[in-house]
Amino acid sequence: MSNTLSLSEPSVADLSVSDRLRKKASRHMKERVIESLLFLAAAMSVLTTIGIIYILVKESYVFFQMVPLSDFLFDTQWTPLFDDAHYGIMVLLSGTITSSVVALLVALPLGTIIAIYLSEFAGFKTREIAKPFLELLGGVPTIVYGYFALTFVAPLLQKIYPDLPGFSLLSAGLVMGIMIIPYVSSLSEDAMRAVPMSLREGSYAMGATRLQTALRVVMPAATSGIASAYILGISRAVGETMILAVAAGMQPNLTFNPLESGATITSYIVQVALGDLPHGSIGYQTIFAAGLTLLLITLAFNLLGFWLRKKYREVY
Amino acid sequence: MNELKSGVSESMELGTLRRIIVRAKRWDLFFVVLGILSLMIGVLTFAVLFADMASKGLPRLNWEFFTSFPSRRAANAGILSAWVGTILVMLVTAVAAIPLGVAAGVYLEEYAPKNWITDVIEINVSNLAGVPSIVYGLLALGLFVYQFGFGQSILSAGLTLALLILPVVIVATREAIRSIPQSVREGSYACGATTWQTVRDHILPYSSPGILTGIIIGMARAIGETAPIITIGALTFIAFLPPQPYVGDPPAGLFDWLFAPFTVMPIQMFNWTSRPEAAFAENAAAAGFVLVFMTLLMNGLAIYLRYRLRKNIKW
Repeated sequence: MSNTLSLSEPSVADLSVSDRLRKKASRHMKERVIESLLFLAAAMSVLTTIGIIYILVKESYVFFQMVPLSDFLFDTQWTPLFDDAHYGIMVLLSGTITSSVVALLVALPLGTIIAIYLSEFAGFKTREIAKPFLELLGGVPTIVYGYFALTFVAPLLQKIYPDLPGFSLLSAGLVMGIMIIPYVSSLSEDAMRAVPMSLREGSYAMGATRLQTALRVVMPAATSGIASAYILGISRAVGETMILAVAAGMQPNLTFNPLESGATITSYIVQVALGDLPHGSIGYQTIFAAGLTLLLITLAFNLLGFWLRKKYREVY
Repeated sequence: MNELKSGVSESMELGTLRRIIVRAKRWDLFFVVLGILSLMIGVLTFAVLFADMASKGLPRLNWEFFTSFPSRRAANAGILSAWVGTILVMLVTAVAAIPLGVAAGVYLEEYAPKNWITDVIEINVSNLAGVPSIVYGLLALGLFVYQFGFGQSILSAGLTLALLILPVVIVATREAIRSIPQSVREGSYACGATTWQTVRDHILPYSSPGILTGIIIGMARAIGETAPIITIGALTFIAFLPPQPYVGDPPAGLFDWLFAPFTVMPIQMFNWTSRPEAAFAENAAAAGFVLVFMTLLMNGLAIYLRYRLRKNIKW
């Protein structure tokens, strides 16, 4: 373009050149506008994060002006809607931790075994059928899992332990574990399949069996990916809401016994939201304080996952 | 003497070796059985869940169930307001999430310079994917319902779910775009196309099946999400439909339904599940069956699309 410009003498015939230049400028403008629009779309995700933090911190700030932080952290009762109000988040945390531990005891071993099996043992056909199926399992709405835990799993468990209450952290946790299996297995499997074939071939050449190769060569090489799969499973368990709201009961209960019923941070938020709490009341503020706690927990796990990925990343 | 000794130890070693091999192979077999069993636990749970719900819910699934409002009497209750609400909320979600998500994905793959702003956006997207859905509900309660004054409406719910599935759409778009070989872009640029022309005429068309797959998976997730919608305070007993455009007294505007109170399928199911009467549990099973059927259909479609994609496209 600049070439044409320097060659042409200023004359009437050059209208076409300036036309083309104008066209180029307008094209340039259009490109710029589109690029900034696309950038704005990408920036929306950052705005979402800022919005989440802003809302949670703003509403929690109001809460913590009424309730000292030490009460929130160390009180052993959670009765924000009673006259004798106590705000001990520990009570809700115990429910969250107990149900998550039950779920992870199911999901992590089963998810890992399935991942190893699909990646190292199963034939092409099995894998092609099993993977979409697991995906479907992860796609079932959690409210349906909650219904299943309450109306099928709990009565089943009651046949084994007659003392088990109809609402229990155990039945909710078990079903939650099944729900989390696909998240753990599919990410772990991806990580294992990313390990180069030559490592396995080396191991087989030394006379190792498939299992030995899987456990001592492939898994160590895929540690960072498996770690992120576990972290994702943990965040799912901690943040899961509907299964617990439906099947674990919503009574706040400071216990680490899965055979009891209990409330979690998430199911408490649902319980309050279901009621008719006026905007700005202390009960309304508590759900933001609970939500902030939840966000901090999941954030901590996400950071841990980030760090693990960095630390154990293997580059081939 | 020496020879004899080494011969003995050799045969002993061979015996131990054989035993080690047999044991190792037995472990191998044991693990295969364990793997299949674990897989079966997943498969079986799903089969039982589906069968249990079908057996309890199918008798309730008739035309009246789809065309009746919820009612205090379980036998008369239906899911009319719920499925209409779900469709309208999904409409808002799709309109908000698809353009935003695809645009963000395109920006990150085709435009973004390598600098700290891009890094922040990327880390942020992967972090957002790990935020529990109920936290989005709290965001929506504080922001959409009270700050923006949208109220507990279809608009608030749709936007909430849009933010929730945004990371899914962005990640799917990026993966689909990344699988397009560089030579396609180079060819386009060599012909004098601008970045946008390349994106519009080449990148987007070639990546559209992959993007579509991601969108369907995201929408399937949004359909089943309950917690964030409960958090914004959606009512569970809605015995009316949102106003139709230009109909009613006084006549509604084109978009009045956006601000109408509503209920959706999962909330209706939650409402029925939390009632003690057995008859409502049947309704819950029927609603759950419809819900699972819809998500299965969508996920199945996505899986099928991806399968076809992998088979057909060979760059």
